[in-house]
Amino acid sequence: MKLDSKVPEGPIGEKWTRHKFNLKLVNPANKRKYDVIVVGTGLAGASAAASLGELGYNVKAFCFQDSPRRAHSIAAQGGINAAKNYQNDGDSVYRLFYDTVKGGDYRAREANVHRLAEVSVNIIDQCVAQGVPFAREYGGLLANRSFGGAQVSRTFYARGQTGQQLLLGAYSALNRQIANGKVKMYNRTEMLDVVVVDGKARGIITRDLVTGKIEAHSAHAVLLCTGGYGNVFYLSTNAKGSNVTAAWRAHKKGAFFGNPCFTQIHPTCIPVSGDHQSKLTLMSESLRNDGRVWVPKTAIKGLKAKEAVAIKEEDRDYFLERRYPSFGNLVPRDVASRNAKYVCDEGRGVGSTGLAVFLDFADAIKRDGRKVIEQKYGNLFDMYQQITGDNPYEVPMMIFPAVHYTMGGLWVDYNLMTTVPGLYALGEANFSDHGANRLGASALMQGLADGYFVIPYTIGDYLANIGWNDKVGADHPAFKESMDQVKAGVDRLLNIKGTKTVDEFHRKLGLIMWEYCGMSRSEQGLTKAKKMIQELKAEFWRDVKILGGSSELNVELEKAGRVADFLELGELMVDDALNRSESCGGHFREESATPDGEAMRKDDEFAYVAAWEYKGDNQPEALHKEELKFENVKLTQRSYK
Amino acid sequence: MKITLKIWRQQGPNTKGHFKTYKLDHVSTDMSFLEMLDVLNQDLIKKGEEPVAFDHDCREGICGMCSLYINGRPHGPLQTTTCQLHMRTFSDGETITIEPWRASAFPILKDLVVDRSAFDRIQQAGGYISVNTGGVPDANEIPISKKIADEAMDAAQCIGCGACVAACKNASAMLFVSAKVSQFALLPQGKPERKERVEKMVAQMDAEGFGACTNTRACEAECPKGIQITNIARMNREYFSAMVSSYEVAAGEGGAG
Ligand SMILES: Cc1cc2nc3c(=O)[nH]c(=O)nc-3n(C[C@H](O)[C@H](O)[C@H](O)COP(=O)(O)OP(=O)(O)OC[C@H]3O[C@@H](n4cnc5c(N)ncnc54)[C@H](O)[C@@H]3O)c2cc1C
Ligand code: SF4
Ligand code: FES
Repeated sequence: MKLDSKVPEGPIGEKWTRHKFNLKLVNPANKRKYDVIVVGTGLAGASAAASLGELGYNVKAFCFQDSPRRAHSIAAQGGINAAKNYQNDGDSVYRLFYDTVKGGDYRAREANVHRLAEVSVNIIDQCVAQGVPFAREYGGLLANRSFGGAQVSRTFYARGQTGQQLLLGAYSALNRQIANGKVKMYNRTEMLDVVVVDGKARGIITRDLVTGKIEAHSAHAVLLCTGGYGNVFYLSTNAKGSNVTAAWRAHKKGAFFGNPCFTQIHPTCIPVSGDHQSKLTLMSESLRNDGRVWVPKTAIKGLKAKEAVAIKEEDRDYFLERRYPSFGNLVPRDVASRNAKYVCDEGRGVGSTGLAVFLDFADAIKRDGRKVIEQKYGNLFDMYQQITGDNPYEVPMMIFPAVHYTMGGLWVDYNLMTTVPGLYALGEANFSDHGANRLGASALMQGLADGYFVIPYTIGDYLANIGWNDKVGADHPAFKESMDQVKAGVDRLLNIKGTKTVDEFHRKLGLIMWEYCGMSRSEQGLTKAKKMIQELKAEFWRDVKILGGSSELNVELEKAGRVADFLELGELMVDDALNRSESCGGHFREESATPDGEAMRKDDEFAYVAAWEYKGDNQPEALHKEELKFENVKLTQRSYK
Repeated sequence: MKITLKIWRQQGPNTKGHFKTYKLDHVSTDMSFLEMLDVLNQDLIKKGEEPVAFDHDCREGICGMCSLYINGRPHGPLQTTTCQLHMRTFSDGETITIEPWRASAFPILKDLVVDRSAFDRIQQAGGYISVNTGGVPDANEIPISKKIADEAMDAAQCIGCGACVAACKNASAMLFVSAKVSQFALLPQGKPERKERVEKMVAQMDAEGFGACTNTRACEAECPKGIQITNIARMNREYFSAMVSSYEVAAGEGGAG
C-alpha cells in the first residue's frame, strides 16, 4: 500500500482554503442521517464531538473516566499558542508555522503545520466566546507570555491551569449537545476494538467498566481522540489511566503507526522518591528562567538538598552553563534532559536515588529578593514543598527528566484519516504536527485545531462520498465476531492466574523503555531491549495475576489489558528507534553525534515519516515511508553552544 | 512507618458494605496517600484478596477524580485533594478510616468508588454559553476588566470533585453549582442566558436529590480549590432576580438552542 498524504496543491498559504472549497459537503438535512463515534473527550475529542453535534450529526462519545471533564488534557498547565500578534512583536501565521516545523527538527509535514498555525487564531476566539477566563491585562485585553524559549509572546494562559479551562470550555460545548440530544455520552466505558467491514471502519466494541458488559456500536465513521502513550514508560507526567489501547487495537486492524519512537522528555519534573512512585509531577519549564542547574564536581553519595547549601561555589558544576555558554540553563527540553542524564550516569546525581540534579534559586533570590521570586513562582514552590517536604526558598530544588508527551501516534493524512477509511485520529493520538519534538504550548493548540476546525470539514467529504446508506448495523456478523474476540481476550487474561501483579510487569517494561529507548539510544541497547521486552511479554501472558471477574468493576483487569498493549507497542518503539539511526528532536542516537557529542540529524537518509504496518501476532511489522518535502522552511542543524 | 487502615468494602451498588481492617508496616513518609493504597493493593493481590477500588487519574490535584472520606473529612486532614496528600501528614502507628463520599445523589458503585454523574447532568442543564463553533467575534473585541476576569477564574477553578457535597450535613451541591453560575454571571459572554442558566441548573440540582444549603460553610472549608461561599450568595441573587421575571423551566429539559 502506498501512503498518500493527500496534501493539496498550491502555495502553502492557500492549501487549506483551497482544500476546504474542494471538499464535498453534506446537505444540512442529511447530516442527521449520519452517525459518528468519537472515542475520547480530551481537548480533541470534546471539541470534535461538540462541533459535529452542532452541525447535526448523531454523535456517540466515549471516555473511561467517570466524566468527560476529567480527560488528561485537564492537567496541562502552561498555555496555548496562537498567532494573534496581539503584542505587536512580529508574530504571524508564517512565523508560528516556521517555528513549529523547526522546533520539530524538520520531521513534520509542512502543510499540516501551516494549517495548524492558520486556525490557531480561531481557537482563541472560540474559547473566549465560550467563557474561558484567560489571563487579561489591566486594560481588559488578553495577556500573553513567551513560552518554551519562543522569541515572541504568543502564549495565552489561564493561571497555571490552561488545560483545565480549555477542556472545561470544550466540555461545556459538549454538554450543550448532550442536552440537545445530538451527543450521547458513555462514561466509564472503554473501547477495546475497531470493527472494519469491507475495508471501512464501521464501529467499535466497548466494555462498560462498571458492569463489565461488552457492547457493539456502529457508525459511518470513527474518531480516535484517545491521547498519548507516554505511560509505556510506567512513570510519566501523564494521568494514570492514559494508555495506547484504542490506538493499538486500531493499529492491529490496519491503521499504520507513525514515528512510534518519538517521545518528549521534559527536564523539570520532581524526581522519583522510592519504589512506590506511581507517577511524576511536572514543574513548569519557566523555572529555568531563574533557577541554575548544577551537581557537585565530584560525586557525593546521597547528597541531600539541605547539605547542598554548604557546598562551595568552586566545587559545583553548573553543567548547562558550562557546556552551552550562550543558552545556559535555557537550552531546549531535550538538551537539558540529556545532560542531566549524563551527569547522573557519571555518578554525580544527587538525592537518595542519585537520579536528580539541583535547580537552585539562591542567586535569583539574592539578586531580585524573595518577594519577586515568590510572585513569579509562588505556586510552584508551594507545590514542590507539598510533594517533597523541602522548602525551595531555603534549599535548592531537585529535578529530573520525565516522559511527558508522545509525538508518535496513528499515521493520518491531511484529512486526519488513518490508513483505514472512515477511521480518524485527532490530538495526541495521531502522529501529529510536531515532528520529532513538540514546542511548549502547541499540543493544546493541535488538539483543539483538529477537533473544532479541521475534522468538521474533512469528515463531511468522506461521509458525502460514501452516502448515508453505506452503513453496517451492529447486528452484522463482523460485530459479533469482534465482540467474541474481545470477550475471549478478557477471559484469557483472567484465566492466567499467575503470581505477579500487573503493576510489576508495567514497572519492568517502563524501566526497559527508559533505559534503552529513552533520552539516549544505541543499536546495542535497543537490540538488548527488544529481547527483554519479548521475554517480559511471554512472562506476562504466563504469570500475571488478576483477581475478580469480568462482569464487575475490575481495575486490575482494565490495567492488564492496557499493559498487554503497551508490551506490544514497546517492541514497535524499539524497532522504530533501531531503524532511525539518526539523532533528531527528542530522539538522540548515540551513533549519530557530532565530535563534541551533540545531536546530528541525517536529512538525506531520514527526512521521512516512518509508518508501520501490523502484520500479525509476533510478526515483524512492515515499514512504509512518507517522504517529507520542505518547500518553505530551510533545513538547518540546531546549535545552542 | 506503620499504620492501621479501616476501609469501607462493598462489592457492588446493591450489596451491603462493611469496614475491614488492614495493617501496613512499610509506609514511607514520602508516599502520597494514593501510593499508600497502591502498596496495600499490591499486598492484597499477592495474598489473593481483591484490591480496594478507588477513583483517581491525574494524581496532580486537577482532574477531580480522586475522592475518599478520610478520618471524617473529605480528602483528609489538609485542604487539598487526596492525591496531593502525603503520608508525612499522618503519624506512625495511626489508625486511618477511609470511606467513600456519602450522599444519596452519589451512589456507591464499589468499595470507595461513587457515581458522580449527577454533577454532569447539572452542567448539561445549563452550564454553558450557547455558541457554535466558528462565527464568533475576535477575542479582543470582548474586553473584560482584569478584576472581573480574575474573579471568574477563581470560580472556574472548581474541579468537580464533590468534596463540598461530602462535607455538608445536608449533602448540598450549592458550592459546585454556584461556581459555574458565578463564572458565567460575571463574564459579559454569560449575560444573555444568565436567567435560564441559573434556573435550569438549580432545578436539576434539586431533581438530583442534593440537599438545601443552611450556611454552615463546611463546603468552603473542605474545598480543595478554595471556591468561596460568596459564590453561593451570588447564585442566590441570580436565582431570585431570575424568578421575578417570567421564565418557567422544568428539570431535565434540553439546553437553549
Ligand atoms: C502535566 C502535563 C502538562 C502539559 N502542559 C501542556 C501545556 O501547557 N501546553 C500544551 O500545549 N500541552 C501541554 N501538555 C500536553 C497536552 O496536555 C496533551 O497533549 C493534550 O491535552 C492531549 O489531548 P487529547 O485530547 O489528545 O487527549 P487526552 O486529553 O489525553 O484525552 C484522551 C481521552 O481519551 C479517552 N480514552 C483513551 N483511551 C480510551 C479507550 N480505550 N476507550 C475510551 N476512551 C478512551 C480518555 O478517557 C480521554 O477522554 C501537557 C501534558 C502534561 C502531561
Ligand atoms: S466546589 Fe470545591 S469541593 Fe465542590 S466540587 Fe468544586 S472543587 Fe470540589
Ligand atoms: S487524581 Fe486527579 S485530582 Fe486527584
